Amino acid sequence: MGEVIVVTSGKGGVGKTTTTANVGTGLAMLEKKVVLIDTDIGLRNLDVVMGLENRIVYNLVDVIEGNCRIRNALIKDKRYPNLYLLPSAQTRDKNAVSPEQMRKLADELREEFDYILMDCPAGIEQGFRNAIAGADKALVVTTPEVSAVRDADRIIGLLEANEMNETYLVVNRLRMDMVKRGDMMSSEDVMEILAVDLIGVVPDDENIVISTNQGEPLVGSDSLAGRAYMNISRRLTGEDIPFLDLNERQSFFGKLFGKRKY
Amino acid sequence: MGLADLFRRRGTGSIAKDRLKLVLVSDRAGCSPEVMEQIKNDIIAVISKYIEIDLDGLDIKITQTESEIHNGSVPALFANIPIKDMKASKK
Repeated sequence: MGEVIVVTSGKGGVGKTTTTANVGTGLAMLEKKVVLIDTDIGLRNLDVVMGLENRIVYNLVDVIEGNCRIRNALIKDKRYPNLYLLPSAQTRDKNAVSPEQMRKLADELREEFDYILMDCPAGIEQGFRNAIAGADKALVVTTPEVSAVRDADRIIGLLEANEMNETYLVVNRLRMDMVKRGDMMSSEDVMEILAVDLIGVVPDDENIVISTNQGEPLVGSDSLAGRAYMNISRRLTGEDIPFLDLNERQSFFGKLFGKRKY
Repeated sequence: MGLADLFRRRGTGSIAKDRLKLVLVSDRAGCSPEVMEQIKNDIIAVISKYIEIDLDGLDIKITQTESEIHNGSVPALFANIPIKDMKASKK
């Protein structure tokens, strides 16, 4: 039986879709059978991040409404044959789908896939309730900024109220240089405030922009962000992976004085 | 930035953390600034019936405190109300 994981954040633009694409691709690289579901109805994005925008025939709403079979709507990834995308509908709104329908869909997909990743829309309305409905686990993505952390706290509260058993934190776009000079909250600071277990720290990395431009997730590449995402995928499969040392590209003196494990 | 500034200056990261802690306490308690203001005014009204208090030195806020009953911290209403004159309001 597969596991359903929702990737959520509250605030927009903190990296939910990028995290879904990379963690999902990472799981596929670990030989897992994975499906990514874009639950942001009306604002479809996961397809372009995955580079699969030209292959869409049917979408999530078509599946829910019974216009097609699930397997007709699933798009096979370009690189990994065990990775699929269920794209969102671009011309409909959130109310086209109910939490109950999403739960049913997730349960059907569990039969065939090891991991079902739900890319949640920003906000706390219907789209959020749809995305979390069938999920066993939640990854809450935040950046080390007051607005994003505040929204993450609200989301964590709502997940608890909806009896989510396991919630994990992803601190995204961390800048070690700023943390070191005291001008950015560290992942420890964020973890302390939110009181949720950390599953990954992803450094701010321009390679993310470059990979998104090309529609190819960078997970598994030698970049720091690529390695950080791969570590999250491995941790999800139950591996015990130490946190990356985000300082390692620093100078010798930087290493000597500022070495902290993340 | 000079070396002296480096020691004097407080990182904005810790300012962010402190501000977040404060805002989350009231977020989590579901208590808006407007409600806090009403609570504060009502407390002033009640206490002023009996004693004269220093309104400028008054501080009422929601904080976190360790629970005595169950583990973990719980929100608490913290009020620091300086007294000007105990007998002031004796009519």
